[in-house]
Amino acid sequence: MDRVKYKELINKYNVKENRLYNALLALLAGGTLGVLGQLLIDIYTLVLNIPTQDAQVFMSITLVFLGCLLTAIGVFDKLVALFKCGLIIPSTGFAHSMMSSTMEYKREGLVTGMGANMFKLAGTVIMMGVVSAYFFGILRWIFLGG
Amino acid sequence: MIYFNAFIFSGLICMLGQIILDNTKLTPGHITSIFVVVGTFLDVFDIYDKFVVWAGGGALVPITSFGHSLCHGAMAASSDQGIMGLFMGMFDLASSGIVAAILFSFVFSLFFKARD
Repeated sequence: MDRVKYKELINKYNVKENRLYNALLALLAGGTLGVLGQLLIDIYTLVLNIPTQDAQVFMSITLVFLGCLLTAIGVFDKLVALFKCGLIIPSTGFAHSMMSSTMEYKREGLVTGMGANMFKLAGTVIMMGVVSAYFFGILRWIFLGG
Repeated sequence: MIYFNAFIFSGLICMLGQIILDNTKLTPGHITSIFVVVGTFLDVFDIYDKFVVWAGGGALVPITSFGHSLCHGAMAASSDQGIMGLFMGMFDLASSGIVAAILFSFVFSLFFKARD
């Protein structure tokens, strides 16, 4: 089969995704999570009477907790299939990637399975973050004096 | 009003990520890495702090805030202790999310099984 015919055949079976629909769903999910974050900060400051700085830390811990729990009971994968980046870009996606790789390699043991594979997907975020933060930190230290 | 700003900021970042995901061959891993780097870059000139004031929790939920807190901790320590502060203060602010993610995923994976 020549190349052109093959491409036509492939295109026939490729499901064409509606990009506008996907983008709007991501906007909706991401925006809702942002509102939820602000709502949690307000609740923590008003009810628990803690300073805003601590409430922000509690808020991110709560979202990570929610991401881990929903991944563990199997709901999060279905939600990600629908909302995609709307749930991957927020910090729930970071928790999801760690939780799913830890669960997947659980049967290979505590050290060679869970320990070795926990950062399989989330490690890239930490590596890129630390390297770029170090680079930009040095630049700022040299030019602006910290 | 801050709720509206939070919705707009967080939603727009997620929509931008979705548009990149749909129109290029990058994987979600690439996209989260790009956003972390963007977050660290925006912190160099204290731009991200203005976003946090403007959008509140909406600016702290996306993964850009992880890069922001990495860079913010490193720079706060480097202004006190010089160049060694970059090594000592990098995880000052960002550690809470990482520790929470490690702990919860360890504990939950003891009780739940992966389903496929």
